[in-house]
Amino acid sequence: MPNASVASHPGSRPGYFGEFGGRFVPETVMAALDELAESYARAKADPQFQTELSELLREYVGRPTRLYLAERVTRDLGLGAVFLKREDLCHTGSHKLNNAIGQVLLAKKMGKKRIIAETGAGQHGVATATAAALLDLPCEVYMGEEDMRRQELNVFRMRLLGKQVIPVSSGTKTLKDAINEAFRDWVTNVEHTHYVIGSVVGPHPYPEMVRDLQSVIGREAREQCLDRVGRLPTHVIACVGGGSNAMGIFHPFVGDHQVELIGVEAGGRGDAPGLHAATLCLGERGMLHGARTYVIQDESGQIMPTHSVSAGLDYPAVGPEHSYLKDSKRARYISADDTQALHAFRYLSETEGIIPALESAHAVAGLLRMAPDLGPDAVVIVNLSGRGDKDVQEVAAIMGTSRGVA
Amino acid sequence: MGRLASRFAELKARNEGALVAYVTAGDPSIGRSLDVARAIVDSGADILELGVPFSDPVADGPTIQVASQRALEAGTTPRKVLDLVARLREDTQVPVCLLAYGNIVHRYGYARFAADAAAAGVDGVLVCDLPPADDDEWSTSAAGAGIDTIYMVAPTSTTLTLEQVGRRASGFVYCVSRTGTTGTRAELPPDLEQLVRRVRERAAVPVCVGFGISTPDHVRAVCRMADGAIVGSAVVRVVEEHGTSADLPEAVASLCRQLKEATRGGR
Ligand SMILES: Cc1ncc(COP(=O)(O)O)c(C=O)c1O
Repeated sequence: MPNASVASHPGSRPGYFGEFGGRFVPETVMAALDELAESYARAKADPQFQTELSELLREYVGRPTRLYLAERVTRDLGLGAVFLKREDLCHTGSHKLNNAIGQVLLAKKMGKKRIIAETGAGQHGVATATAAALLDLPCEVYMGEEDMRRQELNVFRMRLLGKQVIPVSSGTKTLKDAINEAFRDWVTNVEHTHYVIGSVVGPHPYPEMVRDLQSVIGREAREQCLDRVGRLPTHVIACVGGGSNAMGIFHPFVGDHQVELIGVEAGGRGDAPGLHAATLCLGERGMLHGARTYVIQDESGQIMPTHSVSAGLDYPAVGPEHSYLKDSKRARYISADDTQALHAFRYLSETEGIIPALESAHAVAGLLRMAPDLGPDAVVIVNLSGRGDKDVQEVAAIMGTSRGVA
Repeated sequence: MGRLASRFAELKARNEGALVAYVTAGDPSIGRSLDVARAIVDSGADILELGVPFSDPVADGPTIQVASQRALEAGTTPRKVLDLVARLREDTQVPVCLLAYGNIVHRYGYARFAADAAAAGVDGVLVCDLPPADDDEWSTSAAGAGIDTIYMVAPTSTTLTLEQVGRRASGFVYCVSRTGTTGTRAELPPDLEQLVRRVRERAAVPVCVGFGISTPDHVRAVCRMADGAIVGSAVVRVVEEHGTSADLPEAVASLCRQLKEATRGGR
């Protein structure tokens, strides 16, 4: 496995990306994080673990995923080439399984007897429930009540997989509260339980581990692009909630300084507090869920409610490595609002016959926003992190009222 | 000598353990919270611990989570918590500690929070998600302002952590009786005594035990091995049950009197 991480964060202490990251958790969680960090370091260096993981990714997840040349989009936007990295074609319908299967395999090696996870859109919950079903471990998934309503289909999928969904009614009843609840479960049952975090967030070693597990996206995309066009892309675009699909595709390109990396956050309904989830665009430095990173907070340091039409991006913090990439200017972060995302959702469906997840539609919206400035030589890779089946009902409800989907 | 150190010295001379009573500041409102705090002090509790409410209290169980939410809904801010301490200081010398989450203190500004807390009459602060290996900015500011830095240790803490805590702690060390979140439990865990011993070997300051301590029996058992017992969720539950009724202060005081009684003798 190539390891660009050491070179890309010169001078950082272990567990840090520049000033971001760390382990800002109560002492009760520390021992579990030590154990996890050690086990993960061992697994990372263990050829047998890596072989097992590669086999699962190939045979079960369906990797490598295609780097698909979206010809109609390319022509329509007048660019050199627009490629879609088809993570929507992974088993369970998103990139989330890359991480979940790796962590559940690790938990099994650690001798853990129970898996827990949080989920927002339900994609990570479904991925974890799937991996736990395959590797035969009991699994409970925390999910905010508001998200259970928005993503009913995924709730049912998790139950079909024989796993429990635990409703979370505290706080804003969305992803951040589900993470809080999963943490509380973990500290209480840490001896026999592994907590599968679904993004590059949380205390060390999670951001690094989840990034490593998702980096397969970028490694494949980089090689596929070189094969197809004989050079690296000029731009790589991905949506950013916690930031795992973006970190996964960005990471292998971080050392390629000519490649522009662009993260697209959820602009929601506007820039006012409570209306968006654009943490890097509009948030400030703070700490949440164990990491020093950008967060959306009020003047007292209380975490603010967020909004996005996409449940998977509805999160008031972001992975610490993105905070580092932003401040070091290696990546650029923009936002797409609900309307732009819904437009992109339809645009990709109609031009390519691919219905994207609402999260991924934000990346497409980012492309549409940037396209006029890119020119005919641009070779753009958009990470299509998931498919839109889970969102069809919600989108029908929203669009049905305003424009009548035929 | 600071208020915390002199309080522990007095208790030692009287052969008593410390009753550390916790409530979330601003629950159910700033005004009622001041009454509750005064009732705790008047009932004979030795140290008052005030939680600074945070929107995402991961270390807390359901009782304190809901209390934090009530306090935030009532408009409690860190500044108002400090003002509440200043009001208390007008008529009591009881040691007052704050329990806070890192983001609140970070946002306020470490140096400014330490200075304002000291000016309000706060004696010690525990920032529950700032580990000793990574809290220089805070602990230096606190020491500069004369605020004690209290650390949490758990049965799972490594020897390295206990040594760091031993070197850095002031005020007292907060031993978490078991892994998990705050909240009441039926029994004390068997390995508690060993944890207290491991801490004592490395720390010169007093050792108090919290998490799950809810009955006079628990307090009695804890005071046999440690310098004090921290009672949180049990007190907060009384605040929750008596909410806006006139007997709230007396209900809290009555619980604290019983718990305080259990710290006496038999040590
Ligand atoms: C398809 C899809 N894309 C993106 C995300 C956002 O997560 P991240 O930013 O970690 O990739 C989610 C989260 O649920 C998702 O389901």
